[in-house]
Parts: sequence; C-alpha cells; structure tokens
Amino acid sequence: MQIKDRLEQQTTTAATQLLRVDNLPVIRIEPSKGWVSLKLRELWDYRELLYFLTWRDIKVRYKQTVLGAAWAIIQPFFTMVVFSLFFGKLAKIPSDGIPYPIFSYTALVPWALFSNGLNQASTGLVRHAGLIKKVYFPRLAIPIARVLAGTVDFSLAFIVLLGMMFAYGIVPTLNVLWLPCFLLLALVTSLGTGLWLSAMNVQFRDVAYIVPFITQFWMYATPIVYPSSLLPEPWRTLYGINPMAGVVEGFRWALLGTETTPGPIIIVSSLAALALLVSGAFYFRRMERTFADVV
Amino acid sequence: MTNIAIRLENLSKQYFIGKRLKKYETLRDTLTDAFMSPFRRAGKLLRGQATGAAELDEEIWALKDVSFEVKSGEVVGIIGRNGAGKSTLLKVLSRITEPTEGYAEIRGRVGSLLEVGTGFHQELTGRENIYLNGAILGMRRAEIDHKFDEMVAFAEVEKFIDTPVKHYSSGMRLRLGFAVAAHLEPEILLVDEVLAVGDARFQRKCINKMQDVGHQGRTVLFVSHSMPAITRLCERTILLDEGRVLKDGPSPKVVSAYLSSGLGTTAAREWTDPARAPGDDVARLRAVRVLTEDGQTTDAVDIRLPVGLEMVYEVLQPGHILMPYYYVINEEGMRVFTTVDQDPYWRGRPRPPGRYVSTAWIPGNLLAEGMLFIGPTMKTPQRKIRHFHVPEAVAFQVVDSVDGDSARGDFTGSMAGAVRPLLKWKTQYSPNERK
Repeated sequence: MQIKDRLEQQTTTAATQLLRVDNLPVIRIEPSKGWVSLKLRELWDYRELLYFLTWRDIKVRYKQTVLGAAWAIIQPFFTMVVFSLFFGKLAKIPSDGIPYPIFSYTALVPWALFSNGLNQASTGLVRHAGLIKKVYFPRLAIPIARVLAGTVDFSLAFIVLLGMMFAYGIVPTLNVLWLPCFLLLALVTSLGTGLWLSAMNVQFRDVAYIVPFITQFWMYATPIVYPSSLLPEPWRTLYGINPMAGVVEGFRWALLGTETTPGPIIIVSSLAALALLVSGAFYFRRMERTFADVV
Repeated sequence: MTNIAIRLENLSKQYFIGKRLKKYETLRDTLTDAFMSPFRRAGKLLRGQATGAAELDEEIWALKDVSFEVKSGEVVGIIGRNGAGKSTLLKVLSRITEPTEGYAEIRGRVGSLLEVGTGFHQELTGRENIYLNGAILGMRRAEIDHKFDEMVAFAEVEKFIDTPVKHYSSGMRLRLGFAVAAHLEPEILLVDEVLAVGDARFQRKCINKMQDVGHQGRTVLFVSHSMPAITRLCERTILLDEGRVLKDGPSPKVVSAYLSSGLGTTAAREWTDPARAPGDDVARLRAVRVLTEDGQTTDAVDIRLPVGLEMVYEVLQPGHILMPYYYVINEEGMRVFTTVDQDPYWRGRPRPPGRYVSTAWIPGNLLAEGMLFIGPTMKTPQRKIRHFHVPEAVAFQVVDSVDGDSARGDFTGSMAGAVRPLLKWKTQYSPNERK
C-alpha cells in the first residue's frame, strides 16, 4: 500500500516535472560570429539589476571622502570661477549678452555630467572585472548604470544653477520644457562614447590614459567658454556634429533664453549622438564575447 | 527527449595564453615591428577583432569536444585535476564566456555559484549587499524581499545586517554570500567548490542545503575536489582530463577510477627547472615526496605503518633561520594537523646556503583512512615571511587492511573521524559484583 502510494506520487511529480520542463525556454550557447544583436530585450529583463547597479554607484561614489557630494558642485563651480576670471574678465570673450559666470556655468553643468559619465563608463568594465568573470548578465548594464549614476551629481549642480539664475534675475521662458531632451542628449552622447572606450579599455589599458586627453580636447571643441554664435552660419550648424555643442546651446537656449535659436544645430547633434550610441552599442556587443577572458 | 536539461555537443573552448616568440632577422625588422605593431593593434581593435588585438597566438584548448546530456533533476558531479577544464565548463554553461566551437542547450533558468559573494561592495551594509548580490545573480526584487529574513538567518549575521561589509570577518562574508546564492531557485544550478570553504559546521549546512536543492528536482552540476562530497551528493559523475570527458558514469565507479589512475594526485613532485621551482631568493623547493619506512616513494600507505614526508629544498642566502613545515589536509578540506621542523640542531640556527632534505615521520596507527593532501611550506618564523607554499603538492592514500592489528579491532563498518589513533584500552572484569 505504502509502496504503491509512493510510486504514484513519484509518477505524478515526474509528470509535472516533465510538463514544467517542457514549458521552459531553451537557451542555446554557441560561438557568436560577426556583429551580433544588441539583445535589448534581455537588457530590459535585467532592468532591476540596472537599477541596483546605478543605486550602488550613487551610494558608494562619495564614501570615504571628506566633502562627499559637495564634489558634485565644487568641480563645475570652481571651473566657472576660473573661466569667468580668465576668459570673461581678461580675454573678454563674448557671451551672447549674458553675464559670463552664468553663461559658462550653464554649459559646465551638462558638461560635467557628460565628462564624468564618460570617465565612469570607460573604466567600468575593468573596475567590475571580478563580476564579469564570475556572473552572467548583460554587460551593457555596467556602463549604462555608471552614466546614469551621474544624474545625481547633475541634479546637485543644477540646483546651484537655479540659485545663480535667481541671483542674476534670469527667468526661464517656456523653452525650459525642452530641457529634459537636452539632458537626454548629453546622456546619450556620454554613453555612446563610453561604450566605445570601455570595450577598448578591456583590451588595452591605454584607454585610461586617453580619456583625460579626450575630455580636455573635447571641452575646448565645445562652446563652453565661448558662444557658438562666433561661427558663421553653415559652419555653426555643422558644429552640431559635436553632440555636446547641441547640448550646451540647448541648455543656454532653454534656461537663459539666448536669442540664437539652436534648432538646426540640435538636429545635427541628435543625429550624431544617436550614431555614436548605436555604433558604440554594436561595437560593445561585438567585443563583449571576450571580456571575461581578457579583462 | 524533452526532459533533457543540459545538452552539450562537441563543446570546445580555446584560450590564447601567450605570445609566441618571433625570431628577428635584423635590427631593422625589430624596429619596424616595434613601430608598426601599435598601428596594427589599433586597427584590429577598431575592427572589433578582439582575440587578435592583443596578438596572443599561443593557444590551449581548455575544453575539447565535450559532449554529454544531463536529465532534468539529475545531480551530476564533475571531477578532474586542476586545469582539466571543470571551471571553464561551468563558465561556458553560465554564459560568462563563449565557447569556441560546438554548442550547448540549456532548458530553464541557470544559477551559478561560481564564487560566493561576487559583487559585494565593501562600503555597503549587509542588507544592501544582499539586494545587490541577489540582483546580480538574477533574482527579482520581490523575490529577495520575500526570502530576505531566511537568508539573514541562514548566514547568521542578524546582528550585523546594517553594518558595512568591510567590518565583517571573512567567514561572515562567505556565509552571507552563500546564503544569497543558496536561496536562488533556478531550474539548473552550477556549483563550483563553494563547499570547500568556511568552517566545518557551515560546510555541513551548505551541503544539506544543496541536498535539498537536489531533492526538489532541480538539475545540479557540481564541481569539486572533495570525493566524499561528490559521492554523497551526486549519483553520476563526469571525469574531465585535459578538456575532454575521460569517464562518465555512476559516481562511486568514476571516483575510484579517478583515484586509482593517479590523475588526481601524485605521491612525488620534482621541479627540475630552478627558474620554475616555487620559492623566492632565500629558499626554493625542489622536490616533495611521500615515502615508506624503507625509503620507497608511495601513494598508498598501510594504516599501521609510519609514513615519511620529505622535502628537498635549496637555501640561497646565508643568515636565515628557516622553518620547514607541512599542512596535512583531508578529503573534506579539513586541516588534520600542521607539523613543523623542530630538529633541535637547527632550532634558532640560520641555515647556510646549500641543499637540504627534511623529512617528517608520521607514526603508524594515527591517521584515519582516506586521502591526505600535503602542503609543504617554508617560513622565516620571526619575521613571518613565507618563502614558498605549495598547497596539495603531493597526496597519499591511507589504506586500512581490515584484517590485522589496527585501531579497528574487530569493528568492520566505516569509522568516522579525522584521525584513528591506536589507543591503549583496558577493560576490567569483576565476575562477583553482578547485581
């Protein structure tokens, strides 16, 4: 009797198991060839990991520092002070009729978001080498999380920006509604570049030395200390190939109401940033297969 | 068949491990190459040819044509000596690294316990790390919420759950890591040696947890060096050697074949090339062996007879007080004992440069039967400098011949315990004091 019972129980569990197994998805593991798909669907499935990684990067960023999150403000703010002194006061660089300090700070806030994001993203994979060697998850989550974590710094610096606008008596127009788009543009540019550099950094650590160079050159190639209105028209629009030019002009237009409408330049910038992101993502995915072996 | 959980078909994995030396004809060639190679590398990098980018061309096959099937609910052990491809196999199956050839099909969610505590951040608290680690291992937030208390209780860190992990002891960190991983409920679980760490009591807890997992009809692949754990947990075992499947069958059979083949362990090791010998500029290990009373190298010793552990080493600098010693570890990873050279002549006396042979004799009727692994080590005791340490350099089997005058007496079953000393027993009999 007992034996029969147990036998029955066993067959039923076996049957349910069979049923359950039948419904499970099959993963096929094989060598990938050439350019592979982005697997965005999978990235979406791992969105909670993305959330936790971002949250961790935010949480640990200023651990064991004296000034803590104040660094998020100090960096752009003091750069602004120096710029105002040398470029504004001494070199007398034009600023579209806006007081130079706020003119440059409005540009420096998104710039800091971009350059820090780029820096964090490009070193991310090497930082998390232990993780990459031990666990599977979409590797794209690492640079994305590290760029996203920068938005907290951005918010802090942005509050100071609002304070400065108040002090200078600048009231934003309705254009300010476009601001999130420009923020997104900065994030996309940062991530796109970061994906390229992080994938390369796994192979060659040279990248860690290149990044400070790139950001320095890129800063002077972006209208931060000067207005893009210095350029005559066909060239000014073409300037948008540097997506950060679009971001900076967008920020000034949305917050400070600079007269020059940045429409064309922003369209060019958006296309450039998108190209950077898509190419970066594919390049990253292509290199991804060797990360665990090389890093 | 539909109830196949894992299927491997000629799975192979190649690694590029180094750069082959090229012979240069002229100085000009050398210079041209030095100048051109950065450009060549940069070009390869931009084209996304990852393996070519570092110009590594010496290759090894960590896995070669591995094919097998695992049924749903099966618990399969994977054994083989270091470098046999066990860990690479799990890495490929957990999608950490891609195979070079062949394919594997996996039915269901895969959880891997390749290293516990992966992704722990020192600055975050235990609570925060549980969430982070859980997410990394693929758990949903709700799932972690649900099992949170259970994990904390399992890890026995209730009091410290809101303390940053950097203040944890290594044991606590390990327990927390295992607790998170053990509560993952995938259909397929890949485990690599996590049970070989931690204190004995916690190990037992982990093994029990693993057995539960097995009973719940989950498929488990279990890599381990611990033969008792393998035979206890797995019905079937696969023996890998040099990236190939050497044997696949019922665990007791495969394990005994492995142990008797001498693949897993060796009774003597020698480093003929001084450059590759373990050591530093003070002392260098040249050979280790296990020997019988009459000086023969042996990998199996009668439980009643003494056994010698011999190390041959060179001292390269004068003026160092050196202390050779051995760790002796059993199959369960437990340190049975540590023994140091206390030869009165050499105590507190520096050993001049030259070649030395130090032998330690373990008396008969002391060790329990089973496999013992020997780790020869050399230290400067005062300054706590370790000159060499080779874990599990050699090993030998203690064999119990059931007949005879051993500590076993008339007992024929299995005798538990790390040691089996022959103790003096005395039993008194008083026939008149019966009640």
